[in-house]
Amino acid sequence: MGARRRLKLAVWKFASCDGCQLSLLDCEDELLALAGALEIAHFPEASRAVAKGPYDLSLVEGSITTPHDAERIHQVRRASKVLVTIGACATSGGIQALRNFADVGEWIPLVYATPDFIHTLKTSTPIANHVPVDFELHGCPVDKRQLLEVILATLNGRRPVLAAHSVCFECKRRGTVCVLVADGTPCLGPVTRTGCGAICPAYRRGCYGCFGPLKNPNTAALGERLRILGQSDADLVRAFRGINAGAEAFRRESESHEPR
Amino acid sequence: MPETAVETGVECAIEVADLDPLLGALRERGFTVMGPLLRDGAVIYDEVRSSADLPAGWTDRQEPGSYRLQRSDSPRLFDFTVGPSSWKRFLHPPALRLWQAHREDGGFQVVDVEPPPPRLAFLAVRACEIHAIAVQDRVLLGGPHVDPAYRARRAGLFVVAVQCTRAGATCFCASMKTGPRAGAGYDLALTEVLEAGRHWFRVEVGSERGAEVLAAVPHRAVRPGESAAAERALAGVAEQMGRTMETAGLPALLRRSPEHPRWSEVANRCLACGNCTMVCPTCFCTTVEDTGDLAGRTAERVRRWDSCFSAEFSYIHGGSVRPSIRARYRQWLTHKLSTWHDQFGESGCVGCGRCITWCPAGIDLTEEVRALQASKRRKEDRRADA
Ligand code: SF4
Ligand code: SF4
Ligand code: SF4
Repeated sequence: MGARRRLKLAVWKFASCDGCQLSLLDCEDELLALAGALEIAHFPEASRAVAKGPYDLSLVEGSITTPHDAERIHQVRRASKVLVTIGACATSGGIQALRNFADVGEWIPLVYATPDFIHTLKTSTPIANHVPVDFELHGCPVDKRQLLEVILATLNGRRPVLAAHSVCFECKRRGTVCVLVADGTPCLGPVTRTGCGAICPAYRRGCYGCFGPLKNPNTAALGERLRILGQSDADLVRAFRGINAGAEAFRRESESHEPR
Repeated sequence: MPETAVETGVECAIEVADLDPLLGALRERGFTVMGPLLRDGAVIYDEVRSSADLPAGWTDRQEPGSYRLQRSDSPRLFDFTVGPSSWKRFLHPPALRLWQAHREDGGFQVVDVEPPPPRLAFLAVRACEIHAIAVQDRVLLGGPHVDPAYRARRAGLFVVAVQCTRAGATCFCASMKTGPRAGAGYDLALTEVLEAGRHWFRVEVGSERGAEVLAAVPHRAVRPGESAAAERALAGVAEQMGRTMETAGLPALLRRSPEHPRWSEVANRCLACGNCTMVCPTCFCTTVEDTGDLAGRTAERVRRWDSCFSAEFSYIHGGSVRPSIRARYRQWLTHKLSTWHDQFGESGCVGCGRCITWCPAGIDLTEEVRALQASKRRKEDRRADA
């Protein structure tokens, strides 16, 4: 096979902490190969050089929280052949989706001295609510091996191959003793998508659900089990209302434990 | 040290202090010894270097969805039942690189990347676990397609069994006729005896290799009354088991019950997390993942444990064959207890109870089976009344 055409890559930021973009820069061992395979055309976090679109691959970080961003994401979509959202913010609205459960109008004057300058939406929503998305990469932050797989797959014109089973599979494969069963520690692993490599249980902590819900998770059964382990309704609201509070399954489960 | 002639079928005795010479004799013969260790609040299996690594003075309490270590007042070394790990981890590893391919001018070359596996000796294998290894032997070595990775690890395996002197609340090997007594399938079998202030092991010799290893370890003939003491240590274990399963007619019952309402009921509680299959010593399913490097020079194929509880596991052209948790739980239980018989001529369950203890939802397969059997009985009673 001859030399491959370099992929024109763009990285975009919406409401987010930049952590997922950093995962790309964190690919130290692979950076040279990445630079060989990609033309980094738009990546303000890494380089000031900006090349015009269209882009072969756009990685979009962050959620939509302002009217301006709700416009801008359409421009990004138009300029991108393949658009992949990266991270909990872009795929479920992020921690900032906590605003979806409250009244933003009430908070703004408490936080900002001059509320008139703040133009924000009432909600924080994932990119897929606004434009078609080709692939969603979950995690807070995303896992760099998964990110490399997405890039590799795009280079080869195939779909990324990423496991979508529970975090528990990973605990058992690496031989971690289950914290829920052996310690009674609340853990979201049974309803959370794999990707992190089951880091938290390996340090004797429960899973926080950073990679968001599995497809069709049985959150109600886990909620019931955690209640038996001593979690109050308020604890359960908090457990499911974290980094992926805006993900449909976690939102519904957290709401089911709210006082009526 | 008065030695006796050691041969298969013979009973000898060793003292607690002779365990280290036994470990030493195995190591001298090139074995890496895996055995029970305390880690993160459980007894797990990993490399044992000395008898000081063994969980002396610890026992466990197991219930559906719950495992707790407890201090015991006894110096016993093997006073626990099976934990979250099984020997499957070493014979059928959770992740294995099958091969790597490197691009070369005009073509590619495939290379083996896994180092040759160590020669394995297992210490403290329970009766149910010996049967579980035999079940996997039939699956992975028995048919026309032998798994070379399993064969390489299984060949030459040295088994030191420990006879169970205690059963747990989730054990039911007596129902499955796989225990509690290990009758064969070991090289040496230890019975831990602590009686009248004496702490020693009866050693049953199960093979010539076992005899040869024992001959290299300080040992003695059993004294009058010691056999009886060892038998007393084993008495009553079957009755201690917290679970039972009626297996008569079970394969046929499951075959007839695909639409039973109980499947929906258990699906309400099941998380589809897959823990039951991962801890099960007989579950053998895997998936393969292909990866490549960015430069397009190297590709690799990795095999990992997989499970019928993940939606992608049954993904074929167009979608998952078992999209619902109901279908997945039914598949698992029916395969274990019914279609396994059709496929391999025996049950896929040895009654170790791991899937009960390590299910985060506390689902108990013996209870699910009982529910299926109860409604069958109700139907039969109605027929009898009519
Ligand atoms: S620690 Fe959590 S993620 Fe790991 S097996 Fe247990 S429940 Fe699953
Ligand atoms: S099905 Fe459960 S009890 Fe039976 S062998 Fe597997 S883990 Fe043990
Ligand atoms: S039976 Fe238990 S361990 Fe198995 S998938 Fe369901 S919840 Fe998980």
